[in-house]
Amino acid sequence: MALVPTETRWSTAAQIAAAVNAGEVSASAVIDATLARIARLNPSLNAFTAVTAERACAKARALDATRDKKKLPLAGVPFAVKNLFDVEGLATVAGSKINRAHPPAERDATLIEWLEAAGAVLVGALNMGEYAYDFTGENVHDGPSRNPHDLTRMSGGSSGGSGSAVGGGMVPLALGSDTNGSIRVPSSLCGIFGLKPTYGRLSRARTFPFVVSLDHLGPFARSTRDLAISYDAMQGADSNDPAHADRAPEPATPQLPRGFDGLRIVVAGGYFKKGASPEALEALSRVATAVGAKDEIEIPETARARAAAYVITATEGAALHLDRLRKQARDFDPAVRDRLIAGAMVPAVAVTKAQIFRRWYREQVLKLFARCDAILAPATPCTAPRIGQQSFTLDGIEMPVRPNLGIYTQPISFIGLPVVAVPVPLKPLPIGVQIIAAPWCENIALRIAHALETMNIVAAPTPPALGG
Amino acid sequence: MIAQPGANMTEPLDKFIEAAAVTLALPLDEAWKSAVKTNLDVTLKHAATVAEFELPDEAGPAPVFKA
Repeated sequence: MALVPTETRWSTAAQIAAAVNAGEVSASAVIDATLARIARLNPSLNAFTAVTAERACAKARALDATRDKKKLPLAGVPFAVKNLFDVEGLATVAGSKINRAHPPAERDATLIEWLEAAGAVLVGALNMGEYAYDFTGENVHDGPSRNPHDLTRMSGGSSGGSGSAVGGGMVPLALGSDTNGSIRVPSSLCGIFGLKPTYGRLSRARTFPFVVSLDHLGPFARSTRDLAISYDAMQGADSNDPAHADRAPEPATPQLPRGFDGLRIVVAGGYFKKGASPEALEALSRVATAVGAKDEIEIPETARARAAAYVITATEGAALHLDRLRKQARDFDPAVRDRLIAGAMVPAVAVTKAQIFRRWYREQVLKLFARCDAILAPATPCTAPRIGQQSFTLDGIEMPVRPNLGIYTQPISFIGLPVVAVPVPLKPLPIGVQIIAAPWCENIALRIAHALETMNIVAAPTPPALGG
Repeated sequence: MIAQPGANMTEPLDKFIEAAAVTLALPLDEAWKSAVKTNLDVTLKHAATVAEFELPDEAGPAPVFKA
């Protein structure tokens, strides 16, 4: 049956590209339907801060006029990006009021260029926590992006608009950034798939930074295959990001059918179970049982790793914004400003100690991968908190939500390991599980995620309130 | 200066924040001080957690500059 434009809302990127390539639907029709959907849903979800309609329509028309678009793996697929990506003609606001005074970007971020080279069509920029220093998805300037499964709840941050837009069926594909968990936390709370690749794998050129030594970029989608296709389209050499690794592309999509046979999969114990809600543990248990992961492994000194990541984040973030703090402190989100001012006051010895510990911790964790191929851990300690909720209780201790939603993601991105966050469709709210692999082994995490999806253990649930 | 866990930093931390704000030319509205102090206290406790872990003098930091 032909795919008609109005039915593309819950279609995957792969399905849309196949339909466009088969001539069952035009790219223009897909984009027109997407733009209409964004106009209808954004007042509720508040995911988009800018819609690039004119550009998207022009790109779609050009695609429709292209004779060999069958070679494009993302032909006609609409996507959007966290608003810290440069989009030609737009100021790169990075969730802030201050950056609105910046001149419009003169060129797209590298990853946008490469997705569009694969046939995808940019339709807009997405809401985010100010300067990415956030796990909630709230933004004092633009308002909170909302959880598609319950509009009174957080989308998760800092890539909250990315989670909301993909989880709410506005677009099948979005890009975000992850410094300490900002792809994996919104994926978990919004019930979608997210990939945080190995540090240095995907180019960050022409995106606004937060903590350069920890920043990663990656995709959100409603299927593992879409993560893999977009990830493959974004691999490649780019000298414009100094941290970008000099590695040949390693396509993951062809690896997906291999499943998890022969892989040694274990569950992270200790730190990763302490404080986890019953929902987080139930999701972990379902995934572990499905892949036959019976053994638990203790990642050493995880709490200290999280502490070190916290210190590096506070201080590098403060260094980035020092001049803006001096000149425009009142224009920041107060919650971000107060954390950054505090970060500026942390003695340098603390940062060096944290970086020394980082190298030691990396060596210890890499040794674990001699005994296993992948580690399972919760993505967030709980399902989506309510918007505005200031504190929650983890392991009997009341603590602030904003810095602590990422307690399970922060120690992993600290050493740049690749992770796929998979959604377990619990009722009434979904929650994610991290599939963690050794550096440069994205394909292993994606294979496991794909197999779990085939087994119906993980899935991006359609939000009942938003319907089809 | 890395705070030790459990140390009573209330008064020294207040003084440190005042001095650091002046030294670093950072604005510090009276209304912001409490939140800045809370955040700095948490960060210094994390720093202390890291610092108390003993590593050999030869251990090098993670970022390595290459000429």
